[in-house]
Amino acid sequence: MSTAATTETKPAPAAIEKIKVKVDGREIEVPRLTADWSGKLTPTTMIQACELAQTEVPHYCWHPKLPVVGNCRMCLVEFGTPAMGPDRKPVMNPDGTPKIAKSPRPAISCATPISPGMEIYTKTPAVKQMREGVLESLLINHPLDCPICDQAGECKLQEYSVDYGQSASRFVEAKVHKPKAVDLGPRILLDAERCILCTRCIRFTRDIAGDDALGIINRGSYNTIATFPGLPFDNNYTLNTVDICPVGALTSKDFRFKMRVWFLKETKSVCTSCATGCNILVSSREEVVQRYTPRENDAVNGPWMCDAGRLNYKWIGREDRLKTVLVSGRKSSWTVALNEISDRLKKAPAGSVAMVASARQTNEELWLLSKLKAKLGATSDSIAREGQADNLLVSADKNPNTNGARLTGICFTEIGSNLPAIAGGIASGKIKTLIVFGEDVTKHGLGADLLGRLETLIVSDILPNETTKLAHYVLPGCAHAEKRGSFTSTKGRVQKFMKAVEPPGDARAEWEYLHDLVHHVTGQNGFVTIEGLFNQMAKEVPAFNGLTWAALGDAGVTVQI
Amino acid sequence: MAVVVNRKALTFWEKLYLPAIIGGLKVTLKHAYNTLILRKVVTMEYPEQKWTLPTGYRGAPYLVKDQDGDTKCVSCQLCEFVCPPKAIRITPPGDTGLKADRTNAEKMPAEFEINMLRCIFCGFCQEVCPEEAIFLQQDYSLTALSRGEMIYNKEKLLSLGGVSPGIQKWKHKLEEAQAQENFPVKL
Repeated sequence: MSTAATTETKPAPAAIEKIKVKVDGREIEVPRLTADWSGKLTPTTMIQACELAQTEVPHYCWHPKLPVVGNCRMCLVEFGTPAMGPDRKPVMNPDGTPKIAKSPRPAISCATPISPGMEIYTKTPAVKQMREGVLESLLINHPLDCPICDQAGECKLQEYSVDYGQSASRFVEAKVHKPKAVDLGPRILLDAERCILCTRCIRFTRDIAGDDALGIINRGSYNTIATFPGLPFDNNYTLNTVDICPVGALTSKDFRFKMRVWFLKETKSVCTSCATGCNILVSSREEVVQRYTPRENDAVNGPWMCDAGRLNYKWIGREDRLKTVLVSGRKSSWTVALNEISDRLKKAPAGSVAMVASARQTNEELWLLSKLKAKLGATSDSIAREGQADNLLVSADKNPNTNGARLTGICFTEIGSNLPAIAGGIASGKIKTLIVFGEDVTKHGLGADLLGRLETLIVSDILPNETTKLAHYVLPGCAHAEKRGSFTSTKGRVQKFMKAVEPPGDARAEWEYLHDLVHHVTGQNGFVTIEGLFNQMAKEVPAFNGLTWAALGDAGVTVQI
Repeated sequence: MAVVVNRKALTFWEKLYLPAIIGGLKVTLKHAYNTLILRKVVTMEYPEQKWTLPTGYRGAPYLVKDQDGDTKCVSCQLCEFVCPPKAIRITPPGDTGLKADRTNAEKMPAEFEINMLRCIFCGFCQEVCPEEAIFLQQDYSLTALSRGEMIYNKEKLLSLGGVSPGIQKWKHKLEEAQAQENFPVKL
């Protein structure tokens, strides 16, 4: 384990030559080459140069993380290059500036590479007219059913209609009608009428997800996105096509007609379904989590996330959540329970306490537990969750914070290796107090008969299970969407997440009551804010040295593991 | 900065107050004469009698059905969004499996509540509605025995709203789509 936190170590990139171009008369320097969707260096295109110049070029089919096809024509711009004389030397204006030969035709900025001295014009009347023309063409057969479309509010067609659209359609013929609410797969519905045939979904599933499932069938105005007959579109990344669909053609069955997007509060968070730690946005309205969407972080997940992680939010609002503090099965209060637990722990002789923490807990909580562990001389461990990995994002480790549990000293490289020792300790009567956080230990070798021998069983969890039923003290905890904290991903990236909704009932964030408990038992006073707690932890845990809560930023920091 | 408004000084006659008193007495005596001598009624026996409201009067907002008896609202929630006092609360169909009255409109609200105690009768909901499904109608005297009763649910709003015939764009769309199923296309 190294002692200093470092940022992502990348092979030093070869210096890329910079060239000067002008965007709407403003000169900027842009690299000649830019990484494309596969990470390969390709010539920088005009749209990328415009992006660097902070000039927005409207586009539908172009996506920075997908191959370029250039079929929507929305990003047409005018441009010019320095004029060359017959002597292959630049022609100069009388004032000494190079003479620009303006191209007689526009070009799609997504697929045209830049060249030195190039001038790009994005605000000319001709460009505006082209955008209006493209938009009008796209709207000819568009059903305009925004009131029933889930994309309304985050629809590029709506946004560009505000900028370049007309208030009335000139089209007097009947619109072409195509199939609506087509079942493409278990999680996706297609509305072919709304589709503008940008092929983003086709390119995503073919090139990124590696499942060539989608294509276009029929001719001309009857072009329709379709799957192969009998083959559903059901890979683990299908819902990303809903994100990248610029219109409402592909919609999520899960989110269908659940809430209009303009009501949603978006909170920066991290997915907890595996150790990859994909960055997400938790969308909620009035304390109800409505959906997860990926949040772009090129160091972790890019703009994607898997369907399994995306749909793993429904347990947060479950009715049977633990909402009350229970002492010996009776409703109690935090003050009573924490005082009683502290008294018992203070009296416990060294070596008589064991703890099973969860690698689903945050770094801060695990660190507070490790302080208790040190004070009580406790044996501790965590529980592994193994699953299937894939070659894109999903990790085989289904715990979001296994590395956090290792770095804070709650478990060791081999996670779960201490469990037999704890079971043996309880059986022999040596261990009399067990602290369980967020795990159902009855499924992991500590059965009801063993737990029954304990003098004190302290359990903190979110949902009821066999262990919480046997507990002397039940402390209701929080889902990650209900508290703040940080996780350490499988690659050692420390990422923080924010609170999206309020916890139900009396439930409190684990770090809050763990902090109280540590204070009562060890007498050490820590920090009552998550920022202070993290910063203190970063000072004391070698792997996190040099980190601060603020420095984690939105994208996180990679540490040596 | 404070702005000093100079009041016009009262004239001699205004200071006497007598012209104003006489003016008031004239109205009173006119009404007394009309009632006592001419036996004309100058008041209205509310609530047995009610005003004839002008068209465009902004009373309570209710949901309407179309001429086929189908619920027009598609639960787009624009009225909920625009409502200044947040009187409207819509529960979208989500995964309840609720089918819309008009199949190709795909959705309609699972629940639609207007808190008439909060409503300020501004008419924004009617103005924003893309489906012409909510109208401020002629009711102005809304009473109930509890606050809870003043929250009108979908059923109540629809029964109070009645029918408002319109262009039926969903029906038109369906007919247009069905016509294209047949070849050669005739429209």
